[in-house]
Amino acid sequence: MIRVEQLVRRYGPVTALAGIDFTIARGEVVGFLGPNGAGKSTTLRILTGLLAPTSGRAFIDGHPVDDPRRDIRTVVSYLPETAPIQGELSVRAHLDFVARLRKVPQRKAAVASVLARCGLERVAHRLIGQLSKGYRQRVGLAQAILPDPPVLILDEPSSGLDPNQRVEIRSLINSLRADRTVIFSSHVLAEVEAVASRVIILDQGRVVADATPEQLRAGEGMRVQVGGVAPTIAAAHLTAVLGTPVVVHGDVLQTRAEPAAVARAVVAAGYDLLALTPATSDLETVFRRLTGAA
Amino acid sequence: MKALILARRELAGVFNLPIAYLVVAAFLALAGSYLFVLQPFFETGRATLRPFFEFAPFLFTLFAPALTMRSLAEERRTGTLEVLLSWPVGDGEVAVGKFLGSLGILAIALLLTLPWPLAVSALGDLDWGPVWGGYVGLLLLGGAYLALGLVVSATTHNQIVAFMGGFLLCFAVYLVGRTAAGAPAWLVPVVEGLSFERRFAQIARGVIDVRDVAFFLSVIVVGVGLTAEVLGARRWR
Repeated sequence: MIRVEQLVRRYGPVTALAGIDFTIARGEVVGFLGPNGAGKSTTLRILTGLLAPTSGRAFIDGHPVDDPRRDIRTVVSYLPETAPIQGELSVRAHLDFVARLRKVPQRKAAVASVLARCGLERVAHRLIGQLSKGYRQRVGLAQAILPDPPVLILDEPSSGLDPNQRVEIRSLINSLRADRTVIFSSHVLAEVEAVASRVIILDQGRVVADATPEQLRAGEGMRVQVGGVAPTIAAAHLTAVLGTPVVVHGDVLQTRAEPAAVARAVVAAGYDLLALTPATSDLETVFRRLTGAA
Repeated sequence: MKALILARRELAGVFNLPIAYLVVAAFLALAGSYLFVLQPFFETGRATLRPFFEFAPFLFTLFAPALTMRSLAEERRTGTLEVLLSWPVGDGEVAVGKFLGSLGILAIALLLTLPWPLAVSALGDLDWGPVWGGYVGLLLLGGAYLALGLVVSATTHNQIVAFMGGFLLCFAVYLVGRTAAGAPAWLVPVVEGLSFERRFAQIARGVIDVRDVAFFLSVIVVGVGLTAEVLGARRWR
């Protein structure tokens, strides 16, 4: 669906993207994570055709994004950060304008349905400029999904929102996923975890991780609690038996060995196996480790 | 077609903006006071709108950039232009839509001055030929200024820069004709040919020459075309 090959983008002397590659299949919801300046917005803007890469190529549905014969803007909807929308029209009038411009079939019904989906019916007659930030963001989403695009690109859709509004936007994004490719960027790790089926972490213009949230969190091995023996002694014995380092964190042992092997070794040694759990760290830890902040 | 949708949106939105009312009100106040108060209108006792049509071309060098400064510069600053350009709309359609939208506001401002010739004709014997000519001329001249203002507006994300730059450009082309006196003889026809003021004055006399009309229309086409080019160039930078 979306393929990016060796994408490089420089702004003068500054390298925003230092050659990134990824592919995204239809129906995936992919979260772009990364510190400020990592290249998230640049990547998203290249995919919308708003920005040309310095080198490298980007394809949507097998067509280059800058293919003059096929306007990718008909298949991609883009919502920039802070959802900029002119404030002088009412919500309904603005959506009606977008629907006309983007040639949405059955305009009136489409606008009504999108108003309902985004919870905007109550404010449909109000001027956008007078709405709260959360509502404006919803108008932004409404305008993006109005033409029912197969690809939706959202740049920090929940930035500047309060926690309640974030949850609303999150569930809205979740409701959009049916047979649609959604790419969004975020600073909020909980949001990425809750919504994304895959996470791509960028740092200094490079992809430093590309995996499901579970895979990212699970890279830390297993946590083992044993009884009837001092942890340090158990650690030394198990390291020898398993052939993999077993380290001690207080009362808990941690190892990257196979869970089944760990369980057998503990029981064979005559210890009590009190707990054996995946040593997940939260995404925040993973993120900080990958982006060199930890 | 998409240009018309855009122009329609511009016009629908503009009346919810205090700035639009202010700009139109300022135009009406300045033009009206020049016609009736600053010039000895009642003393001369002549039923004519000439002072208005003499002053309006200068006034338009301020009024037109005031209308176009929002069109693209402000939209670029707030990011709404990027959203618009991410939709399947051609740069040319955006430029034409913005041009028609601002021309619509200018036309509304001119419509609001129509009570003046009506009032003047009630006071005396008004020759309507030059009045119609003047309005046609103002639409063409105003359109040309708007097109120039749009080009400047497309290059910046600062409304003040768009306004001042647009004003300087419009004022410069407004003045070009005045330099004819000091120009070398061989340049005189060129300078006079480029003079917005001269061509406007021709039309405002009620003499509608195809060449004058074509001149303003070509300025509009070039300006709107350049605007589209700037939009396209900035897209890929």
